[in-house]
Amino acid sequence: MMKKVLSGIMVASMIMGMAAVPAMAEDAAAEGSVLNIQCWNEEFKTRLTDHYPGYEEVDATTGKIGDVTVKWTITPTDDNAYQNNLDTVLPENENADADSKVDLFLVEADYALKYVNSDVEVTVPIADLGITDEELANQYQYTKDVVTDGNGVLRGVSWQGCPGVLIYNREAAKEVFGDDAPETVQAKVADWDTFNATAAELKEAGYNIVSTVNDTYRVYSNNVSAPWVQDGKIVVDDNMKKWVDDSKALVDAGETTTAELWSDDWSKGFYPDGKVFCYFGPAWLINFSMAADTEGSIANLGGWGAVEGPQGFYWGGTWICAAKGTDNPTLVADIMRALTTNEEIMTDIVKADSDFVNNKPAMEAAAEDESFAFPILGGQNPLAMFCAGADKIDLSNMSNYDQGCNEEFQAAMKNYFEGNATYEEALDQFYKAVVEKYPELTY
Amino acid sequence: MNRSVNNKKAVRYNKWGLIFLIPFFVVYVIFQLIPLATTIYNSFFEHYRSGLSFVGPNFVGFGNYAKLLSDGDLGIYFKNTMIMWIMGFVPQIIVSLILGAWFSDPSLRLRFQQFFKTVIYLPNLIMAAAFAMLFFTLFSDGGPINNILMSLGWISQPFKFMSNTWSARTLVAFMNFLMWFGNTTILLLAGMLGIDTSLFEAAEVDGATATQIFFKITLPLLRPILVYVMVTSLIGGLQMFDVPQILTNGSGDPMRSTMTLIMFLNKHLFNRNYGMAGALSVLMFIITGVLSIIVFKFTASNEK
Repeated sequence: MMKKVLSGIMVASMIMGMAAVPAMAEDAAAEGSVLNIQCWNEEFKTRLTDHYPGYEEVDATTGKIGDVTVKWTITPTDDNAYQNNLDTVLPENENADADSKVDLFLVEADYALKYVNSDVEVTVPIADLGITDEELANQYQYTKDVVTDGNGVLRGVSWQGCPGVLIYNREAAKEVFGDDAPETVQAKVADWDTFNATAAELKEAGYNIVSTVNDTYRVYSNNVSAPWVQDGKIVVDDNMKKWVDDSKALVDAGETTTAELWSDDWSKGFYPDGKVFCYFGPAWLINFSMAADTEGSIANLGGWGAVEGPQGFYWGGTWICAAKGTDNPTLVADIMRALTTNEEIMTDIVKADSDFVNNKPAMEAAAEDESFAFPILGGQNPLAMFCAGADKIDLSNMSNYDQGCNEEFQAAMKNYFEGNATYEEALDQFYKAVVEKYPELTY
Repeated sequence: MNRSVNNKKAVRYNKWGLIFLIPFFVVYVIFQLIPLATTIYNSFFEHYRSGLSFVGPNFVGFGNYAKLLSDGDLGIYFKNTMIMWIMGFVPQIIVSLILGAWFSDPSLRLRFQQFFKTVIYLPNLIMAAAFAMLFFTLFSDGGPINNILMSLGWISQPFKFMSNTWSARTLVAFMNFLMWFGNTTILLLAGMLGIDTSLFEAAEVDGATATQIFFKITLPLLRPILVYVMVTSLIGGLQMFDVPQILTNGSGDPMRSTMTLIMFLNKHLFNRNYGMAGALSVLMFIITGVLSIIVFKFTASNEK
């Protein structure tokens, strides 16, 4: 009781403290003196600080562009906090007072449509900001599909592309196939049937083909033939069913596990003793997540290689949206232009941050340039593969409910893979969990 | 003359007594009574967030209750909660009674009592979430416990603690036991120390054994404290949330066999489903009330 009361008081005082901040800001000028940015981590802030001309950092949550103060509101994604925050502020944004109006916010692909395609309009069409289609011509089509609403209006832009590749363990390839050349490996994983046959071969040598069934999930789910939700009804696509069947077979044969992504059991394959043949991931996974700085990891030894794998897919990426009601449209448009259309700045981003940027000519030039080779991949330059992958990604089958459906589908099927339920029972639990999240849906 | 002065003073004191009570009532009304009333009110409406807009509020009468009670899952989650609570509470009360009896028995002359009392209370000071994270890491498929068991040669394959209904439930119960037995011991010990020592001496003079003294004197005189411990633990058990939530990453796996009522409630908060969450809360309120009354009646029945 006492604890509850105390925490109640603390929360109340925190909220009041937060509410007091905008009131202290300076008075509004002609085109908004405060640029409010909503995001969930430091990534975009670093990009803006390092690459946007004229941005000066003031302190951890404020910056300055000319006379305009930039205010960062960083809400972590844990427990849906970031989206809950957007859900509260965006619909009211037009009526908020000038200095606390959200001007720019970031979204991820998994839930981009929720904001782009919503009943309540919360984003400004890119065309209304004065950015033309010609300016965006160099961007990859899929990055536009993610943020295009039901009427074909583009409502966001991204500076990144995140096409993925299959990242294989060269030692394992040499040991099992006798050769670690990309051509040899690609032939062994060219489609899912070949992939699954190869799994058995690897098993004999003591390797798991992938660390967990969740590794292949994105590759299947990016290649579905219809969206998760059609006319308010949840539909399990054939390719998702194929993921379930293939994964169940792999787990039953002891050729992979059911660990969660990012768990210790998942990442143990980053080291030779983990005995994992391959991972699926984009450039950022290779460069930042595979323990390249740790002595003795495969990445540290340059022991990975990259091939296209069975199907194209993407993972991650951040999109910039202008919030409806913004009082800084010119500045927002300029930030978008600088980061997502300016080839010079984008090439700088590639060099400085190893991002795969959303600019075809820049990336195709880099793919030819040996100085962009990845040391983690033993000197292989995978950018050509990423370029080809980015061209192939087809996101016409996204729905507003993808995030919840994907999360719950993986969680429910884990029970089936581990033998705690039949497929039908697991499917029932999936439906149940999705309807809890989105009560308007049926199955 | 004198009397009237005293009366005035008394009146003034009364006034201060009331003034001192105001903060409690204000806090109680704002943070307890109003939320309670609005929860009940909300439970009669269909009201949730869909995307960026809200559906409702539409008055649906007892529709939310009907939906909750008809799909039958509520019973499963109630059963899960009670199973995990009992699995934790039975060892907890037994160990606490034994420890309490030892600590309060002067003839044992236990040394370092203060040290042990502190140590057994320590697990309660750790945040439940941190404690659950720790167990999650310890008992993961490639975690230290599996490594130890495998290197001892007891098992050849890692045992999936989180993928087996009973091992997952046992872990939850064990954690709750570890966190709360110290607290219960301190409570029971305080009750035992409050018993008049002359009763024990008289019993010893009459030739009663230690077991007889415990069951015939300590336990009956401890009843009020026991009832208190039972009721608070039951309410705490019904509200079990953080440990299983963190341990199973909110899924209540395998197949929701570790999903408690409050975890189920939490599922409805994703889309701010005020109606369903409200109905579930009201049902919880009723269940908690009924169970508390039963425990209270049952344990206090032969007092007179």
